[in-house]
Amino acid sequence: MKMHTRKRIGSALSYAVLILIGVAFAIPALWLFLAAFDPEATLAIKLPETWSLENFKFILQKDGMLQGFLNSLIIAVCTTLIIDVVSVMAAYPLSRYKSKAASNVSLGLLFLTSLPASAMMLSTYKLLIKFRQIDNLFGVIMIMSAAGTPYAIWMMKNFMDTVSIDLEEAAWVDGATKSQAIRKVLLPLMLPGFITVTTYNFINAWGNFYTPFLMLMSAEKFPASVNIYRLYDVHGLVMYGQVAAYAVIYIIPIFVLYHFSQDNMSQGFSMGGATKG
Amino acid sequence: MKTRNNMSRKKLLTSALLILPAAVLIGVYYVYPMLMTIYYAFTDLTLTGSAATQTNFVGLKNFKSILTDPKFPEILKNTLVFLVFSGIIGQQCFGFAIAKLMKKRKAGIRKFTGFMVVLGWITPEIIAAYMFSAFFNDKGTLNMFVKLLGFKKVSWIFEYPMLSIVLANIWKGSAYSMLMFQAALDGIPDDVIESAKIDGASKFNILKSIELPMIKGTTSTTFIMVTLGTLGTFGMIYAFTGGGPGVKTTTLSVYMYKQAFSAFQVGYGMAIALLLLAIGAFLSFVYLRLIKANQD
Repeated sequence: MKMHTRKRIGSALSYAVLILIGVAFAIPALWLFLAAFDPEATLAIKLPETWSLENFKFILQKDGMLQGFLNSLIIAVCTTLIIDVVSVMAAYPLSRYKSKAASNVSLGLLFLTSLPASAMMLSTYKLLIKFRQIDNLFGVIMIMSAAGTPYAIWMMKNFMDTVSIDLEEAAWVDGATKSQAIRKVLLPLMLPGFITVTTYNFINAWGNFYTPFLMLMSAEKFPASVNIYRLYDVHGLVMYGQVAAYAVIYIIPIFVLYHFSQDNMSQGFSMGGATKG
Repeated sequence: MKTRNNMSRKKLLTSALLILPAAVLIGVYYVYPMLMTIYYAFTDLTLTGSAATQTNFVGLKNFKSILTDPKFPEILKNTLVFLVFSGIIGQQCFGFAIAKLMKKRKAGIRKFTGFMVVLGWITPEIIAAYMFSAFFNDKGTLNMFVKLLGFKKVSWIFEYPMLSIVLANIWKGSAYSMLMFQAALDGIPDDVIESAKIDGASKFNILKSIELPMIKGTTSTTFIMVTLGTLGTFGMIYAFTGGGPGVKTTTLSVYMYKQAFSAFQVGYGMAIALLLLAIGAFLSFVYLRLIKANQD
């Protein structure tokens, strides 16, 4: 009896703590959401007296704000596509032709993955000046693609490893070429992994702030992340509601993507940082 | 024999062709700038003036400047405090605690708390910075609660700047270790724990002698990943506090940026970058050893 009660108290306590953590994590984000719909938003969290889309209208009419989303989209889509193509290609031999060399390349990639990314910002800046790609979306895309590729290859390779080569071989026997076998057999089977890597890279590229912040100078090239920084850096914390509205639009695509690939994501997550090789 | 040789040669050629695009991309835009960091760390490179076009080799001068820089000890201290409190104690231990609390709980609560924690992870750092500048502002949400509880409002960002960025970073990054530890804890077979319970082991003993040893691999992986991620944190701190007030929240990453783009001492900034890369390389190396040990 006593044991039983104690267990129930313990269980109730952990529910309480979990709810508390959840609520504490929700509050800063909830402020952003509520402020976006509140024409009289303040810095403290409150329910809007009247819900309105006024903030959204105002901020989207401002110069360069819509363009910012377009730029974010260009950067994120190009970066994601480049990473997808080169990482699937490179992962194939690493997964299929097992050798000492292949496993060393894989470990080398993992090594590159684990360097603190921001330590590279000065030299990549200098590199783009050298290549005359500074203030240029192409330069930003290339730097972000290169930074994301090692991890993407590593994840793609792990997902490929889970698909047996027998299936591809069966397709060859049936007269399929190698590239047909990859496209028609291997890729569909590793689709969850492919979606995971793509989603992961899209979220990263869409959310990246410091690369475009450093490498771009002209306002018409700024992605949404740099616009948000400039909105509250230049105007101070004044246009709370309007900036919040812009931020809410900015985060929606990530929400949608995450929602649809959630199950794949958590699976890919534990695989990407897997302790197994 | 000959055909086998041809086979492996063909395989090698296909492999090389398939790897080529990735190798060029990584080589030009990642490895090459990394080598540039090593080179420029020993020069007097600046962004403007004569040294911008004509850089001179200055030997260890930049590294000597680090040692004699009066601000440097404080920046190193900030980096360590930020690393220990927001990374190791914050993200890693807290992430583990959430995962442990969630084990065996109902799906509803796992979903609710799990989603709220993951929200921080998928939120772009610039939005996190904006949210928290509002949250910790004098007129922000935190002070609203402080006043509701009957205390006097606190100027969080000026009086407790480090605490502010530490809490913001815990919000932003705890999801990674939570998810990793959730997967690891779920991987422990139930009967192992059940039989320990029957033998009369206490909860603490089960944690210490069964659960923690069984998730050792995950613990070291997350430790290294969290450390590297925290050392590399730049955008959120820079956009939130700008490294201030004074240099109170300036970490190595932020200082490197400021040296290069505000003080125009790019060579000095590159030396700090090299220091960060060296720490990263060392940790990565340890990480690879762990993975190799697991493979064998």
